[in-house]
Amino acid sequence: MTAIQTPQEVIPQLSLRRKVEELSGEKITACFQCEKCTNGCPVTFAMDIMPHQVLRLLGLGQIEEVLLSDTIWVCASCEMCATRCPNDISIAHIMDTMRQMSQREGPKASQKNVPIFHAAFLGSIRRFGRVHEAFMSVEFYLRSSGVSGLLQQAGTGLSMFNHGKIKIMPYRLLGNRQVRSIFKRTIKKG
Amino acid sequence: MPVSYYPGCSLEGTAREYGESTLDIARVLGIELKELSDWSCCGASSGHITDDSLALALAARNLGIADTVGLDLVVPCAACYSRLKTAEKRLRSGRAIVGIPDTYQGNYRIMHLSQFLWEDIGEETIRQHVKHPLDGLSPVCYYGCLITRPPDVTGAVDPDNPESIDNIMTALGADVRRWSYKTDCCGASHMLTLPQVAIPMIQKLLDMAEEAGADSIVVGCPMCYTSLDSMQETISQETGHEYDTPIFFITEMMGLAFGEPVDKHLGRHSVDPRPLLSQKGLL
Repeated sequence: MTAIQTPQEVIPQLSLRRKVEELSGEKITACFQCEKCTNGCPVTFAMDIMPHQVLRLLGLGQIEEVLLSDTIWVCASCEMCATRCPNDISIAHIMDTMRQMSQREGPKASQKNVPIFHAAFLGSIRRFGRVHEAFMSVEFYLRSSGVSGLLQQAGTGLSMFNHGKIKIMPYRLLGNRQVRSIFKRTIKKG
Repeated sequence: MPVSYYPGCSLEGTAREYGESTLDIARVLGIELKELSDWSCCGASSGHITDDSLALALAARNLGIADTVGLDLVVPCAACYSRLKTAEKRLRSGRAIVGIPDTYQGNYRIMHLSQFLWEDIGEETIRQHVKHPLDGLSPVCYYGCLITRPPDVTGAVDPDNPESIDNIMTALGADVRRWSYKTDCCGASHMLTLPQVAIPMIQKLLDMAEEAGADSIVVGCPMCYTSLDSMQETISQETGHEYDTPIFFITEMMGLAFGEPVDKHLGRHSVDPRPLLSQKGLL
């Protein structure tokens, strides 16, 4: 775990704080740094900025530092922080907002595999209406680690197949056009 | 008793035994599971990590279908349950979701399968159907994150200490062990993307189950199941400590106690649970 280097002086960027508050609908200024989020978080061991520090940085509008962190990608969306916050801030939802901003506006994710996975997952929904786990996994490994990365998973794939866990044919959704229209009508562009 | 049923994508693939064993026990208990016609993926984590309105609309499409049926909606997957409940909360607050018409009524409940079995079907009915009590089996019950969290979405009264799976297992005759890790995260969302983060989380749960004197872990979520069951060989190789704790779905345990054939389900597990069950005289 690396300790965060807190600058001695920062100029608060209040418009950036308000931007995150508007996008997330969460009141960042309600945070009084009690650290219950950080103490309950099961993945702090892999984070470079602790959850309460994310709130402090965002309160000062230092969004770049948060967008560049491992923390937003390491967050497992377990909702412990949102459950424990005494001021009803859904920190988990703020993590979502930051991941959404990163994917729309950059900068590039520090943990590139995470957005690649979610793009492959959503690609499967857009194509079939449901997630076809085998196609989705193949696409993820190809995009994240190339053909050699995919081949390294051949043993796991074969074992899954032998355990009868790979559905061969994807379901063809009758309402596929509805699902595609949801994608068209909702995703905010960067 | 007829209810709407939303199986979710993984019950057709990696958690096929959860889907099949759910159908088995529903038949025994006289529950008519009416699968939502032409249901689509709830969006899962990928939806809410990418775009809030996409996540809500993907989940809500299924609520629109359930609304036309009007029966309570039973969901076996904790992740699907969480997404559907989140969309429900939004609609209940009077805010719109893309694709959902103003005529949406929402006069039905969304329930996780474990909650439905314990609260609606109930202890007496479950006990009546037990042919082979699970004597000698000492599991811990594991709920993971999303059956109870966040409580303003799930309505859970005690989000740190859910009891439905523990209660069902006790009604089946098992000697359920207490432990403090029922709702700690197993890291399933990082299994493929950041295994170095997921592995210590899984290992901790396996260690704590062992410390509680458990011989197995009973779950109600296909994601938790896959992460706990499928990574044990890898963790054994990395740590030199041998991990071979059987992981069961609650529905497999009910099927076993009800005298249903469960061998076909158990054969799909990465950690073969049959030696343990044979040793306890349950197979």
